[in-house]
Amino acid sequence: MSSNTAPSSSAGAGSADSAATRRSKRPKYSRFTQQELPACKPILTPKWVISAFMLVAIVFIPIGVATLFASRDVVEIVDRYETECIPLSSRNDKVKYIQTPGNKTCSRTLTVKKHMKKPIYVYYQLDNFYQNHRRYVKSRSDKQLKDPNSANTVADCKPEDKTNGASIVPCGLIAWSLFNDTYTFSRNQSEPLPVNKKGISWKSDREHKFGKKVFPTNFQNSTLKGGATLNPLIPLSEQEDLIVWMRTAALPTFRKLYGKIEVDLQQNDVIHVTLDNNYNTYSFSGKKKLVLSTTSWLGGRNDFLGIAYLTVGGLCFFLAMAFTIVYLVKPRQLGDPSYLSWNRNPGGH
Amino acid sequence: MPRGRRRTIHFSKLYSFSCIRSSFEDVHAKIGDRGYSRVVYCNDPDNSEALQLRYRGNYVSTTKYTAANFIPKSLFEQFRRVANIYFLVVAFVSFSPLAPFKAVSVLIPLLVVIGATMVKEAIEDWRRRKQDVEANNRKVKVYGRNHTFIGTRWKKLRVGDLVKVHKDEYFPADLLLLSSSYEDGICYVETMNLDGETNLKLKHALEATSPLQDENSLERFRAVIKCEDPNENLYSFVGTLFYNGREYPLSLQQMLLRDSKLKNTEYVYGVVVFTGHDTKVMENATDPPSKRSKIERKMDKIIYILFSTLFVIAFVGSVFFGIDTKKDYSGGKMRRWYLRPDDSAVYYDPKRAEIAAILHFLTALMLYGYLIPISLYVSIEMVKVLQSIFINRDQDMYYEETDRPAHARTSNLNEELGQIDMILSDKTGTLTCNSMEFIKCSIAGTAYGHGKTEVEMALANRRNGVAETGHISSDVVEHSTGEADSSRKSIKGFNFRDERIMNGHWVNEPHSDTIQKFLRVLAICHTAIPVVDKESGEISYEAESPDEAAFVIAARELGFEFFERTQTSISLHELDYETGEKVDREYELLQVLEFSSSRKRMSVIVKSPENKLLLLCKGADSAIFERLAKDGRQFEDQTKEHIHKYAEAGLRTLVVAHRELGLEEYKAWEQKFLKAKASLTEGRDALMDELADKIERELILLGVTAVEDKLQKGVPECINKLAQAGIKIWVLTGDKMETAVNIGYACSLLRQDMKRIVISLDSPDIIALEKQGKKDAIQKACLASIRKQIEEGFSQINEAKKGSSSTKAFGLIIDGKSLEYSLKKDLEKSFFELAINCASVICCRSTPKQKALVTRLVKNETGKTTLAVGDGANDVGMLQEADIGVGISGVEGMQAVMASDFAIAQFRFLERLLLVHGHWCYRRISMMICYFFYKNITFGFTLFWFEAHNSFSGLPAYNDWYMSFYNVFFTSLPVIALGVFDQDVSARLCLKYPSLYLEGVENILFSWTRILGWMFNGLLSSIIIFFFTTNSMIPQPFQKDGQVADYEVLGVTMYTCVVWAVNCQMAISINYFTWIQHLFIWGSVAFWYIFLVIYGSVSPSISTTAYKVLVEECAPSPLYWLVTLLVVVCTLLPYFSYRAFQTRFKPMRHDVIQQKRLLSCNNDQIDASGELPVRVRGKLRHLRHRLRERES
Repeated sequence: MSSNTAPSSSAGAGSADSAATRRSKRPKYSRFTQQELPACKPILTPKWVISAFMLVAIVFIPIGVATLFASRDVVEIVDRYETECIPLSSRNDKVKYIQTPGNKTCSRTLTVKKHMKKPIYVYYQLDNFYQNHRRYVKSRSDKQLKDPNSANTVADCKPEDKTNGASIVPCGLIAWSLFNDTYTFSRNQSEPLPVNKKGISWKSDREHKFGKKVFPTNFQNSTLKGGATLNPLIPLSEQEDLIVWMRTAALPTFRKLYGKIEVDLQQNDVIHVTLDNNYNTYSFSGKKKLVLSTTSWLGGRNDFLGIAYLTVGGLCFFLAMAFTIVYLVKPRQLGDPSYLSWNRNPGGH
Repeated sequence: MPRGRRRTIHFSKLYSFSCIRSSFEDVHAKIGDRGYSRVVYCNDPDNSEALQLRYRGNYVSTTKYTAANFIPKSLFEQFRRVANIYFLVVAFVSFSPLAPFKAVSVLIPLLVVIGATMVKEAIEDWRRRKQDVEANNRKVKVYGRNHTFIGTRWKKLRVGDLVKVHKDEYFPADLLLLSSSYEDGICYVETMNLDGETNLKLKHALEATSPLQDENSLERFRAVIKCEDPNENLYSFVGTLFYNGREYPLSLQQMLLRDSKLKNTEYVYGVVVFTGHDTKVMENATDPPSKRSKIERKMDKIIYILFSTLFVIAFVGSVFFGIDTKKDYSGGKMRRWYLRPDDSAVYYDPKRAEIAAILHFLTALMLYGYLIPISLYVSIEMVKVLQSIFINRDQDMYYEETDRPAHARTSNLNEELGQIDMILSDKTGTLTCNSMEFIKCSIAGTAYGHGKTEVEMALANRRNGVAETGHISSDVVEHSTGEADSSRKSIKGFNFRDERIMNGHWVNEPHSDTIQKFLRVLAICHTAIPVVDKESGEISYEAESPDEAAFVIAARELGFEFFERTQTSISLHELDYETGEKVDREYELLQVLEFSSSRKRMSVIVKSPENKLLLLCKGADSAIFERLAKDGRQFEDQTKEHIHKYAEAGLRTLVVAHRELGLEEYKAWEQKFLKAKASLTEGRDALMDELADKIERELILLGVTAVEDKLQKGVPECINKLAQAGIKIWVLTGDKMETAVNIGYACSLLRQDMKRIVISLDSPDIIALEKQGKKDAIQKACLASIRKQIEEGFSQINEAKKGSSSTKAFGLIIDGKSLEYSLKKDLEKSFFELAINCASVICCRSTPKQKALVTRLVKNETGKTTLAVGDGANDVGMLQEADIGVGISGVEGMQAVMASDFAIAQFRFLERLLLVHGHWCYRRISMMICYFFYKNITFGFTLFWFEAHNSFSGLPAYNDWYMSFYNVFFTSLPVIALGVFDQDVSARLCLKYPSLYLEGVENILFSWTRILGWMFNGLLSSIIIFFFTTNSMIPQPFQKDGQVADYEVLGVTMYTCVVWAVNCQMAISINYFTWIQHLFIWGSVAFWYIFLVIYGSVSPSISTTAYKVLVEECAPSPLYWLVTLLVVVCTLLPYFSYRAFQTRFKPMRHDVIQQKRLLSCNNDQIDASGELPVRVRGKLRHLRHRLRERES
């Protein structure tokens, strides 16, 4: 900063006093401000691309195989019964049949095709039932379910909030439309198969969302009856069917746990199901299915995940191969300087 | 400030040394009228009339907000953005049952975003306020009622107060100078804060008030000032002082403006005339015009696209919802009885399905609002501020000699720096140093001076070493320069070597009397101030322009040392050529006829010690030659030839002439002139010009000075690099064509292999026409001539295009006069066509207005981004007109910097500013915006797919708080890190491969295909996320214990996939991974899980669907993790494969450079060309820095 500083002729009157106070405005050096932090700079080199694809393939194909095996391990019996359980004479107007009071017992026979290990989970599956409709989902009172003193917190439950001026517990559309088909199983004509309905709900629901001292009151007392009734002497935290039902499903096709059969079922066992076909899915043409299923480490039977893994793994393998071939057949120096020439388009526009 | 005035006013008006002596009876017609109504009662604080006036106090506030209006005003600023309005409306509506989620969950992100911006505003304003408080509480001495000076705070000053300001103090308000510590009432002022000029300016008090030297005399001082109202004109002041029954006219000479500083003077007394916001400097404080970058304007369009998408999908959803709802109840029969359609609020009522659908439309608008990134604006603003900090802190753009780092004055144009298509540059002070060196002169037809200019050297190189220097007397060059250099130290501003006239040898030259007169003009005809160093006795000069300083120094070095200036005289140590002795001579200064860009000359009228009246004049050749007397043209031809040669050598020339005046003639003229000068009418300037014109005639030519303006360091290399980056450079200069062309060659703007197309009006027939003076005919001829020349240019270009494969580049050179015609409507287009077909364009002899006009033309015609770079007040128009104005903080003051968007100290820093910072910022911002849209589309559309599966009832797929935190916590930091830190290649490679810059010029990274590509990628990701999760989890049990996945589990799984997918997408699309990126990206993902655990463990009445959802339900399920892995890999595959194919088959420029870097890294760790790896270089630099610190 010495020899040729100020370009004008100024010898700077009054520069002496400012020199002392003036500090250099030179920016301080730090790797951060100079944007020179140590960094890794990934580049899509052939090697990287191929190994990335290969890696995915190598990881995905075994997972796919394993999940597919797990899924195939599961034995599942599905019985669709919503039409068969209606007497032939009433099949023209199913809605009327289901809405008419009376005994609607129906019996179904299932054959076990493969050995089923306990526990065997019993599900009912509904189709075209919009448990995820916003009006439906919001129509409940969590406070009321938990707290015996909040029985009157029913603002969200309309129109199933009150009956004759008294609050309904549990209120709301979800509880009101509780599924009420029942199943009784017996094996080979004679041997009854008990269904364990304990522990079919989430523990946290039982313990923290449904009160031990909250009892159903005024439930299903209104003129328009929905689904199942509840025993007013059992606290909500033990009404597991209700708890399961109140966990709304994500999609209009869903299964819900009905109970567990805690014995093994042998191949060719014939299971008789006596069911009470009470629930109205007919007005919205929904299907009803009864499902018996074992589980694997992955859960139930669904090949989708395994197939997806295999497909993606295969695709990646194919891409890896394709890239390898391309690089082998036509290796090109990517550092081709002709790409950098600014003369490529004269005039520069 | 209005631009026009700024351009025409010259600073010399700040200090004209004329003395006003005579009468002013009829002068103050305007005083008291509108615009001139201010009355100041000096030193009379109790005057009842003064109290009535109620002028504003001296309290100054520059803050945007006050404590009271901060909230409403800053909120108003916030909600001027469409997106924010939308979110505000959503927040309000969300309190109604229409809302698909809780109102708080909408409000909180909005509050965070708005709050962040408001905090930023508040901090900025707080800084301004602190400055204000500091200024308002400075101390100043005020003359009190007890007739002594008492210290008071600035803010308490009132109009009419008498203040005493000491050396090196700032003036607290606009003051009228009464007297100073000097007897003649002068004082020196530094106006750095006003106009950035560091040189001192002389102010002088009226003779009537200058005897008020002590406190006792002030006691009786009473006066009234009537003057103009507050205005922003820094360079004029009109007023009258009524004192002791007489009237005295006041001018800017007596005004001491706030924020300037008293120098070299012990103290001054002054009267406060304007206070606080009425002061000229405060009136001048205006914000620069706000500019928005092209990317931001395009971003608005994208926001509109997203809004339309939002409306479309909301509409589609409502239609389906309406149909479904309608079907629920018909003829007394309920379809979905579990929804109780018979007894429903209006929102779901099948009987009023149409209304329900319309209301649902509103719900859907809120729900899909996640398509609009709420945090986009605030993120971009934060990122840009950080980017600006990087620009300001860049050590490689710090200029040590002036101690100036680069400065981004506006942060919202950073990315525009990466898209510059054309640079319009000033020449003087921008390409050149604007430090003038007196190098040659021609006196009485003889050329003196042997120095070689840079341009001459470049020319010599160009001619392949042919030793033709364009030199007039080159025979003695070698030995004389060597001798001179060794014998004496170099003097700033003086590079003149010729022993024929140095050291007093000029007396032996043939025309020694002319030489004497010539040097005398140089020594007298100027406005410089001598500064005598007390210790060494050496004299240096404070001059208005470096040219002027060079002349005075040259005169000093050649024996005419100017050493003292008073208000009425100029004193020289002069070499008497008859006796050969030094004598002191005092010239009485009678008038100064100032320089202005229209007059192009300045003169002084002095009375010599021999009582001769002399008019000394220097000016542009065009202005002087037409004023020569018949018998004054003795050396005209030789001089013109020399001027031509000097211009060719890149020198600035001024013609020097003089004239002896008769006493009678002068007296008659003086009367008129003084009258004009004292007048206050609008036409005053014109009238003075006219009168000056009358006396500046019949001049006798003495000679020509030639001053070199050196090229700045690194300019040719920088221009070369910029040209390689595809940037076209136009030079707009006021210089002569020859000078401009030669500078063009010197800075490699023009190359040897270029063909020059010259458009000028210097053809003989036009000159002949001009002599006849028929205006219409001239115009017609000019237009025709230019049209013809443009056509010729076209045919040349076309020929070159057709003719040979080696397309020759063209350089277009056009002069100011032709430019004026070319910019007329009917020629504009074709001129422009021609210009963009040329590689370089030089416009010479252009006025500031033409500069601005050309800039506008270029900007509007190409629609491409233009950058103007300049350093002087004459470039202000250009800087404001261009998309980006870059000011060079150089010698000519701060006007350009004040009007600019970026300020740098040297032209060569432009290279780094554009190629490195511009490129990075462009890349960062465009990627950031694309990514923003990607992540919000990904998220928003998963909601839509879910809607499609719940009969569009408006149930969100996720818990309210997951959604509102999406933009704020789980995805915001990585994108900011991208915007601040990402770099495709290092700074070194950016500079090494300038063609990388073309990515910005061609706008590859923010093209519609790319934007839509990212949007499509988002759509694809949302499809993959939704359908893969639902198909693999539903309806079968998803755990070993037979539980099925319900609404809560599905929501968490999908959300997990979204968070992973968008963050991993970020990870594979950035090029630069520091620990910051790692922390932000993986931290965001980790935070999602942490959030879920914490939120899931609070009471279910708060966490609702999130209660223990991870701990109890998802985490124990292997399916949950496997689905996450599958979905995330699948969402990344399309982009990854696309990039893999692209880098292989159609690599972008940065891909190629990255590849090259990798190759060279593998081949040899330390490059053969001596380039060290980045880490080593960083280390080295760090060491060097520490060393420097230790030294200092």
